Amino acid sequence: MPRRGTPPIQGDMLQGTLDLLILQTLVPGPAHGHTIAHVIEHRSDDVLQVEHGSLYPALHRLESRGWIQSEWGTSDNNRRARFYRLTRTGRKQLAQATSRWDELVRAVDRVIRPAAPETVD
Amino acid sequence: MRWLRFFRRERWDAERARELASYLEIEIDENIARGMRPDAARTAAYRKLGNPTRIREEVYDMNSLGFLETTWHDVRYGARMLRRNPGFALVAILSLALGIGANTAIFQLIDALRLRSLPVESPEELVFVRIGETPNGRTGRFTGRYPMLTYGVWDRIDKGNLTSFDGLAAWGATTLELASSGESRPVQGMYVSGTFYATLGVHAAAGRLPQAADDAGCAEPGVVVSYPFWQRQYAGDASAIGRTISVDGKPFPIVAVTEEKFFGMEVGRQFDVALPLCAQPILNPESNALTSPSWWWLGAIARLRPGVTVEQATAELQGVSPGIFEATLPGNYNAKSADDYKAFRLAARPAADGTSSLRQQYGDALTMLLWIAGLVLLIACGNLANLMLARATARRREMAVRLAIGASRRRLMRQLMAESLLVAACGAVLGAWIASLLGGSLVSFIETPASPLFLDIAPGWRMAAFATGLGILTCVAFGLVPALRATRTEPGKALGSRGETDPSGRFNLRRVLVVGQLAVSLVLLVGALLFVLTFYNVATVDTGIRTEGVIVAEYDYRRAGVADDAHAPFQREFAETLRNLPGAGEVARVSIVPLSGSGWNQSLFVDGQLQTGYPLINRVDGNYFSLVGSPIVSGRTFDVRDVPGAPNAAVVTEKFVERYLAGRDPIGRTFHFDAAPGETPTIYTVVGVARNARYSDVHDDVEPMVYLAMEQETQYGPFLSILVRPDVPAEVVTPALITAARERPGMLAQVSTLSDTVKQTLVRERLMAALAGFFGALAAALAAIGLYGVMSYMVSRRRQEIGVRMALGAGRGRILGMVLREAGVMVAAGLVVGGVLAALGARYTQSMLFGLTATDARVIGGAAVLLAVIAVLASLWPAQRAARLEPTVALRDA
Repeated sequence: MPRRGTPPIQGDMLQGTLDLLILQTLVPGPAHGHTIAHVIEHRSDDVLQVEHGSLYPALHRLESRGWIQSEWGTSDNNRRARFYRLTRTGRKQLAQATSRWDELVRAVDRVIRPAAPETVD
Repeated sequence: MRWLRFFRRERWDAERARELASYLEIEIDENIARGMRPDAARTAAYRKLGNPTRIREEVYDMNSLGFLETTWHDVRYGARMLRRNPGFALVAILSLALGIGANTAIFQLIDALRLRSLPVESPEELVFVRIGETPNGRTGRFTGRYPMLTYGVWDRIDKGNLTSFDGLAAWGATTLELASSGESRPVQGMYVSGTFYATLGVHAAAGRLPQAADDAGCAEPGVVVSYPFWQRQYAGDASAIGRTISVDGKPFPIVAVTEEKFFGMEVGRQFDVALPLCAQPILNPESNALTSPSWWWLGAIARLRPGVTVEQATAELQGVSPGIFEATLPGNYNAKSADDYKAFRLAARPAADGTSSLRQQYGDALTMLLWIAGLVLLIACGNLANLMLARATARRREMAVRLAIGASRRRLMRQLMAESLLVAACGAVLGAWIASLLGGSLVSFIETPASPLFLDIAPGWRMAAFATGLGILTCVAFGLVPALRATRTEPGKALGSRGETDPSGRFNLRRVLVVGQLAVSLVLLVGALLFVLTFYNVATVDTGIRTEGVIVAEYDYRRAGVADDAHAPFQREFAETLRNLPGAGEVARVSIVPLSGSGWNQSLFVDGQLQTGYPLINRVDGNYFSLVGSPIVSGRTFDVRDVPGAPNAAVVTEKFVERYLAGRDPIGRTFHFDAAPGETPTIYTVVGVARNARYSDVHDDVEPMVYLAMEQETQYGPFLSILVRPDVPAEVVTPALITAARERPGMLAQVSTLSDTVKQTLVRERLMAALAGFFGALAAALAAIGLYGVMSYMVSRRRQEIGVRMALGAGRGRILGMVLREAGVMVAAGLVVGGVLAALGARYTQSMLFGLTATDARVIGGAAVLLAVIAVLASLWPAQRAARLEPTVALRDA
């Protein structure tokens, strides 16, 4: 049984990526947890199956860093729900994170698909 | 931010719960909209989300501070455990508090006496200038508590242009008189050289401190008072500067007040009034210390030049010594004394912590007491460790279960240690409080009305640090090992077996602990007996003097206007007045009050031959011997025949006869003392022999003594000491003795009893006897409790076995014997180990004992017997309980 307080057995990279996804989904406007989860699944054509449970710790982390802020509101079907929105810092972080992600993707791509074959002497 | 979240975790968690609930509702709604049945919708929603409780936990954890929080949990848990066992908690905390309190109090005293520096600038640069190894070859007059140099020697050092020093100063401690008539009002005084304040770096709280230049000529000597004195006498009024104060009857202007923290040169004393050196002859015109070459009364202190070491300074001093001592040789020394004198060599000694006669007197005693208190604390910790071990064993199941479901060993240990920490913390806090009380009583134990102690024992950070350190040490000592053992349990074994077998048999930890406790308490009991017996010996030693019921009245009539040649009739007449007081009983004049610490000795010549040793001398009236109960054994005492002009009479003691006059009948033989060259020595004729007596201190051996006739005194001073043995209780006569002085304007009186005077010299023995005795008893009690604990535990664990034995026919007696034999083995082991330790450690106490050796077999044997009896009694109760077990009950109660 894993000890309490340790993060789920996922890579750091994945945690950071989840933050990025959440921030991105909030760009159009505020949303609550349920919506965020579905948007991520939907946009990725159901490839990214985020465990909805791990969403809330991520939201909490982002909020404690001040990248998003929350308030109670009413959802579409008249349910009380907590809505999250991006802060200005969050927008800046999103831009940074996006460019880092792009770099990462380019780097991995270069390794997997080299432009010219390298000869090994 | 994290801290804010930490304190509002509950609220955040509630929010989170609502949020998750709302998520679920939304999801369920959607599922139903997609066409699922309500319960299927719900299940699907939950599955999608995961376990809401786990999510809440995860977020909750993110808000916590980890280590700190778990520790707080542990502490609260520990507190709950203690609350459930209030008896254990009380006993544990109390015994720790006593141990820590005693240790801290004694440490405070030691700290104040030894470890503090003088409150001056850069005390580490200061050195004493004194004769290297204080030799025995110094003769003459010694006054004050640090009589290292004569004025002549000091003057030459001061003017010697020594390069090692940046500044040189001298001081002499003395008692000065503030009253002008009636009852005396003594204050602590200091004579200081003009460079004193500058050399030490003492600042003024008011006025202007004298500088070196002011010393020359001594035209207008001024008085410097201490800060506490200024507060006491003048309420800190600034206008006190310039006012006149009468010291020893002479008026002086107050020129300055020293800063608050400066107490003088002696740790434990507070000076009141300081005068320049040159004022000494002003106060004592008949005895000028500045011109007397064999009057030792000054201490010298110097500040080292930067870069100069103590050794270099000593070397320079040794170089100039021969010149100094040649030039200052007293004229009336005989050849041997002169050679000794010329061989003196000055040296420098570090002076950062001042001088202290108290330190010499009590330093060793306090250190020994600290050791004793430390050992008692160790025994108390042993008890606590035993208790912890027992409880750990009782909780084996619980520990096993927790280990089995995944708690880490470290985590469990932290929890157990938290309990120990709590006990230790409470004990330390309570102990610190006890120490602040004890410290005060220790000081009042040591100090006497004549010499009050001024020690800075206010609770400070040092005391707190010491108590805390002890607390941590004890916590580790009695908490760590039980915690280690408790968490070592293999879960399977603990959970499986029903009865608990003792895995390690003979040498298990608890028994070893008890044996250790018994050994240490034997050592402490031996110590206690040694010190109690020492005190008994010292208090009942035959001093040759009956001290009870004797009043000592000391009169100072310097300002009564008695002419120099009128002293003899004045004193005679005054003594008559006292004799005629109602109830006065026996009244005798003496020049030295016996057993008061003062002394007078001279070199002796018998039949023209210089004798070895220096007999002790006193001048007394004829009825002295009957007054103090030191009877004449042959010949006669002084009577009307012994007047000025008649042959100088002397009464000697038996020891004197034995050493110097053996062989012939001593009555009628003559002797004389050293005389200045050119003077004829006074010849004394022995008229009587008195019983031996001790002279200045009960600790001294019996030495040869000479008594001379008071009537034939040639060097009267304006002081008179009178012994009175009244027919009525002392309180009745004392006021009359003081009034007699008041009737003569300018005369001062100080009255005390001889037994009080003697008691003051026994303070150290009393202190050691009281405290060592108390600690010894405490140690024995604690060890007995430890033994009782282990025995009753053993009995309760072996109930089945005992039941079986009884069922098979063993009688109560045999069970009793079996249990007692168990206890006996431990006691015997403890006594043996303890006896060896006591014999080894005994030599450290020898210097403080009187009248017995530290390895006295009777003392060790007696202590062993005492401890054995206590131990047997302690194990009797569990043994009785074992013997009274009903076999059926014991067997059933498995």
